Amino acid sequence: MKVELHVWRQAGPAAPGEFVRYDVADVSPDMSFLEVLDVLNEQLVARREEPIAFDHDCREGICGACGMVINGRPHGPERATTACQLHMRHFPDGAEIWIEPWRARAFPVVKDLVVDRSAFDRIIQAGGYITVRTGSAPEANSLLVPKRDADLAMDAAQCIGCGACVAACPNASAMLFVAAKVSHLGLLPQGQPERHSRVADTVAQMDAEGFGACTNHGECMAACPKEISIDFIARLNRDYLTATLRRQTSDVRGDGVEA
Amino acid sequence: MSVALRSQVPSGPLETKWARHRSEIRLVAPANKRKYHVIVVGSGLAGASAAASLADLGYDVSCFCFQDSPRRAHSIAAQGGINAAKNYQNDGDSVFRLFYDTIKGGDFRSREANVYRLAEVSASIIDQCVAQGVPFAREYGGLLANRSFGGVQVSRTFYARGQTGQQLLLGAYQALARQIGRGAVKMYARHEMLDLVVIEGRARGIIARDLVTGKINAHAADAVVLATGGYSNIFYLSTNAKGCNVTAIWRAHKRGAAFANPCFTQIHPTCIPPTGEHQSKLTLMSESLRNDGRIWVPGRAGDERRPEEIPEAERDYYLERLYPSFGNLAPRDIASRRAKEVCDQGRGVGPGGSGVYLDFRDAIGRLGRHVVGERYGNLFEMYERITGENPYTVPMRIYPAPHYTMGGLWVDYNLMSTVAGLYVIGEANFSDHGANRLGASALMQGLADGYFIVPYTLGEHLALVKPGGADTSHAAFRQSEREVTERITKLMAVNGRRSVDTFHRELGRVMWDKCGMSRNAQGLREALERVRCLREEFWNDVYVGGGNEDLNQALERAGRVADFFEFAEEMCHDALQREESCGCHFREEYQTAEGEAKRDDDRFAYVAAWEFSGVGNPPVLHREPLAFEAVHPSVRSYK
Repeated sequence: MKVELHVWRQAGPAAPGEFVRYDVADVSPDMSFLEVLDVLNEQLVARREEPIAFDHDCREGICGACGMVINGRPHGPERATTACQLHMRHFPDGAEIWIEPWRARAFPVVKDLVVDRSAFDRIIQAGGYITVRTGSAPEANSLLVPKRDADLAMDAAQCIGCGACVAACPNASAMLFVAAKVSHLGLLPQGQPERHSRVADTVAQMDAEGFGACTNHGECMAACPKEISIDFIARLNRDYLTATLRRQTSDVRGDGVEA
Repeated sequence: MSVALRSQVPSGPLETKWARHRSEIRLVAPANKRKYHVIVVGSGLAGASAAASLADLGYDVSCFCFQDSPRRAHSIAAQGGINAAKNYQNDGDSVFRLFYDTIKGGDFRSREANVYRLAEVSASIIDQCVAQGVPFAREYGGLLANRSFGGVQVSRTFYARGQTGQQLLLGAYQALARQIGRGAVKMYARHEMLDLVVIEGRARGIIARDLVTGKINAHAADAVVLATGGYSNIFYLSTNAKGCNVTAIWRAHKRGAAFANPCFTQIHPTCIPPTGEHQSKLTLMSESLRNDGRIWVPGRAGDERRPEEIPEAERDYYLERLYPSFGNLAPRDIASRRAKEVCDQGRGVGPGGSGVYLDFRDAIGRLGRHVVGERYGNLFEMYERITGENPYTVPMRIYPAPHYTMGGLWVDYNLMSTVAGLYVIGEANFSDHGANRLGASALMQGLADGYFIVPYTLGEHLALVKPGGADTSHAAFRQSEREVTERITKLMAVNGRRSVDTFHRELGRVMWDKCGMSRNAQGLREALERVRCLREEFWNDVYVGGGNEDLNQALERAGRVADFFEFAEEMCHDALQREESCGCHFREEYQTAEGEAKRDDDRFAYVAAWEFSGVGNPPVLHREPLAFEAVHPSVRSYK
């Protein structure tokens, strides 16, 4: 099959970008979307043009490195599928495909389709963890976790940190990402001592990074390759409210330390 | 340069070696720890857990990864699980049994004391991960669940759906993030280590390239820890992430670190077969599928019928037939080789006949679709996404693919290489898996090294050196920087006609054919010749393009492929000298009448540690004899 690609090319963060058209022939329906870009890049190299830069690594939908908006949808048209797992059998022969990077102020473009997602790392650094010194953990089975809670925590923990939720959101909000981490840890007994400081600190960092606010569009959930539910955003909101009230009423941080 | 292989294994009974050694290791005073700068390269399970634990102890740590975030290291893709000798199932598991399974699984080519220690600390890993919030699978009563995995007869594998690696890595990543947040670790993402700096025989730092700006930076340290993973991508097609490479350990090797058993490469039996020339990587289907799936091919060659049309009597469940006691759970090396064998007989299925069926029909009949879905649902979805076929109704097709490399830099009991102050952990070292790794043991080893071994053993070296002994103004840093820069300039200047990937594919094809699932002397000699020619062609005809002062992914790949070319020869030399079959290393000349590997303990019960002697020159072989005190190397039988 043949495809007509329109790819966003941008030399650097400050350079202006534009769509450039490339026609690719001999595309096999068994190819992954990124393999089509590989083929195109080989052709560009043969013509001594600069290949398209795009992030990718595991190509099995788990590392979260790849991400591009395909025909207006993060990771493309298939439900619960990252760009690397999207196969060309889902496109008609001769398809016209528009490819662009995640667009969000907090994710500046590095080059072409590559963006800087280090804001996500800084959110986790601000509190997206359970404090546990190596070596001081108690015997694992001394802590019972109801299967239901463990399963729900796992649903949230599946987040791959790709940023599709931000790209899909009209406000470029990172609420689903933050909610997934806050819920994963907040659903488990191990996560309770820091539950409220965690939500307060990660939300503060999210705001500081320039992500927008959540106005319940739900686009994030539709775009999420791991189908993480916006129910977790409701959980985050509840925990955030509790954390805020606690802070206001007792001047005490969520973790019990005097502010 | 001479290489001295002192294993530093403590004396005394196997069961007490580690406990005693740990209490005798030199300590660094708490107030002095922050004066020591430790560089950790790699942020997978081994690297992230080491960096976080060392920072926890008070050391000044820098951590490097080539990905855009430390959370994306390839450990994340591990699916099945992590072993630990908890004996939660009351099925007779013990530290000794886990040790024995691992050393037997490795076909008695690993170091006994290291393997025992691995089994010993395995239980602490589960405790640590649970405390971090890793959402392992649970029973209805709230206790941890287990399952069994290839090559063993107990249930000791802990798992988080089919995403165990992801959850363990996120646990380690979050521990690392906490240390970055509090300023105890400085993180360098999108940085690639391109050289090791050695001054007066000690590792004193690294040279790294900032992949966004192209800037070459020198970083001095009191110790360097490499946790840079394996080199399966030498085959081009493998289950590894596209970025996985040999560069960090290869450059360290060129600076004096011995490379051990490079030919021990694991070919995983359950991967999705390739579909064509465009294939950029192979996808693993978790080995846990073999717990309930049955592997078969048609009984006769050239049978074109659809799987459901082939009656029971005309199917060959070859693993169950050949290995009645382990059946479909036979270890990876055996399952892979037998798959290749039936395909070579013309009984393979799917496009090109390179595939065997992994069939869930009976499991669905026995357990119901719901239970099978709960166990493997996400794997089934993944399979369907890639192949367009539904494994609930059509048997999966699988074929072996390069997956893990047991070989790596030689390390002593303290995980220190032959270069003082250079530690190597996780898949990047050689020590624990011998000639074959059992399922669910890689995650265990990565975290054992990072959480519970290197944080102790690093003290042994640091207590002997003054902190801050080297800085980047030293001539050795200048020299390394110059060499790194010259190599990049040279790559860009070739300006030939062929892309990096075409060379990589060709190299991969040669290695897969001649130094892959089975090997022979003649093929290996041909490979050596072919690789040498290809390497010369690469340096005369590669085209990189672009610039060196911004993100240039072709340049990154070019550097890695150039290193694979140099390394490939060493791998072939290693395979050639080992005139026996053991584990994943199957030399066609050395097999039993039944086609099983024929090990030669009299001649080859040693670790082959290679010393670099210049590009294109045969490396120099050094041997570390393997002594077995607690176990007797037996013929590995899974019949």
